[in-house]
Amino acid sequence: MNIVVCVKYVPDATGDRRFEADNTVDRVGVDGLLSELDEYAIEQALQIKEKTGDAEVTVLTVGPEGAVDAVRKALQMGADKGVHVSDEAIAGSCALSTSLVLAEAIKKIDHDLVMFGMGSTDGAMGVLPAMVSERLGVPGMTFGSAIEVDGDKVKIRRDGDTATVTAEGKLPLVASVTDQTGEARYPSFKGIMAAKKKPVETWSLSDLGVDAGLVGLDAASTTVENTEARPPRTAGEIVTDEDGSGAKALVDFLASKKFI
Amino acid sequence: MSEVLVLVDHVGGSVRKTTNEMLTIARRLGEPSAVFIGQLSDDATAALKQYGAEKIYVIDPNAVGPYLVTPKAEVLAQLVEQASPAAVLMSSSAEGKEVGARLAVKTDSGMITDAVDVESDGGTPVATQSVFAGSYTVKSKVSKGTPIIAVKPNSATPEAVDGAGTVEQVSITISDAAKGAQMTGVEPKKASGRPELTEAAIVVAGGRGTGGNFEPVEQLADSLGAAVGASRAAVDSGWYPHTFQIGQTGKVVSPQLYVATGISGAIQHRAGMQTSKTIIAVNKDEEAPIFELVDFGVVGDLHSVLPTVTEEVTKRKG
Repeated sequence: MNIVVCVKYVPDATGDRRFEADNTVDRVGVDGLLSELDEYAIEQALQIKEKTGDAEVTVLTVGPEGAVDAVRKALQMGADKGVHVSDEAIAGSCALSTSLVLAEAIKKIDHDLVMFGMGSTDGAMGVLPAMVSERLGVPGMTFGSAIEVDGDKVKIRRDGDTATVTAEGKLPLVASVTDQTGEARYPSFKGIMAAKKKPVETWSLSDLGVDAGLVGLDAASTTVENTEARPPRTAGEIVTDEDGSGAKALVDFLASKKFI
Repeated sequence: MSEVLVLVDHVGGSVRKTTNEMLTIARRLGEPSAVFIGQLSDDATAALKQYGAEKIYVIDPNAVGPYLVTPKAEVLAQLVEQASPAAVLMSSSAEGKEVGARLAVKTDSGMITDAVDVESDGGTPVATQSVFAGSYTVKSKVSKGTPIIAVKPNSATPEAVDGAGTVEQVSITISDAAKGAQMTGVEPKKASGRPELTEAAIVVAGGRGTGGNFEPVEQLADSLGAAVGASRAAVDSGWYPHTFQIGQTGKVVSPQLYVATGISGAIQHRAGMQTSKTIIAVNKDEEAPIFELVDFGVVGDLHSVLPTVTEEVTKRKG
């Protein structure tokens, strides 16, 4: 079985994330890394590989030069090979165009199961799995809090707000998984060494046969008009509780704000 | 004036408050048309009319079958072609986003998710989003196709406006491609009797500091008529169900009042509550980062502070 895991290289959420003058995300000034939420998809792909015994896991990313770091991390965790789609024309692409690039790249890779995390930690839209499923014309099962492959069937459990749903689909298909699927492994020393020899291909838009005019900031289907930093919250009054004084002060605060 | 399609968010036929909010937003942009997939009851019709639905498109639930969300996107794609709406709105839930994402590809349109407000710029929707853990406010427009906007709960105050509510049955044939993923089981969640987390005006949340005992948190919540939330640490420890997790990988809430108890305030948690109007924290550790963003904080043990607060709140409320 061939599994493709799509991952994203994102600005570190603990860094000082900001926008460029053209309202795109600053992807250079802040250290980047593999989006934490994608680690869960890599973990599940590796577990499926371990269970079925004969799967190959390819990691796919679309992003600037540094994005290959995200692929490397996945290879260190245990994925078999990597594909990095990199082209200056892609910068500033919207989700719709990104899904086009991903889908065209996936078509060039042998795939039965295409996996995603639940969303990126920067844009956090969580729409790419559905968009790619739609473009590939294969079923999609998103936001799985558990995933299982049984022959040519994939089963997921989705814990929604109003109900827990179980669903089933036949390969090939696209699935996305949440952080509820279980903690992702850390790369071992052996894994880090082995990753150095694993192949990573770099593809441009022309390798994919995608017209550069369909992607990038100018072709984006959404336009950011304005970005504004929220004024930082300033700490208010802090009291230290002594024999119930804290509770009393808290109740007085609630009353002063008319919550009671 | 153009129609604005609103995919009705309902549970077992009863219309959720988010739908009323979306109908209110739709009225700013054009004529609200509700799209109801399911068995439409008189109560639901009345609810949709009350918040201004001029048309109600009804799709028989048997037509979409036991398949996952794809058929719903096909329903909307058919309506978009038929009605050429000014925008399509759906709730920014897991399902709503997936329906919207598929519709975006089908109609080659731009999509905006997680809108916390939508204004009209001469009929063109301008969506406001809160990004990077609530540290930036972003305004954007859709510049291609039919604007598809997934709207978060509490994005508008529902305004009651009488709508005509003309019911129109829509027949739909689902493609074979939409039948690839099928639901095999649905287990409805038990209602807690508390307000829905993302809709609540007040949220009381507990974290590692509860030590696994959420009773003081729940009791304070009940005295305030609040929803209960939990930090990732508490959920990962198995102390509270994941449905109630607040943070980057859980719910993002923006209530009038947020009370964080025994929660240190890591970035992952702040991403889920930073835009709350008023924030209160109770934590034993005076160095906890949560104190940097509170309007009022108590350095103390939640197990002794909360029960006293609950008792006093109950007394004052009489």
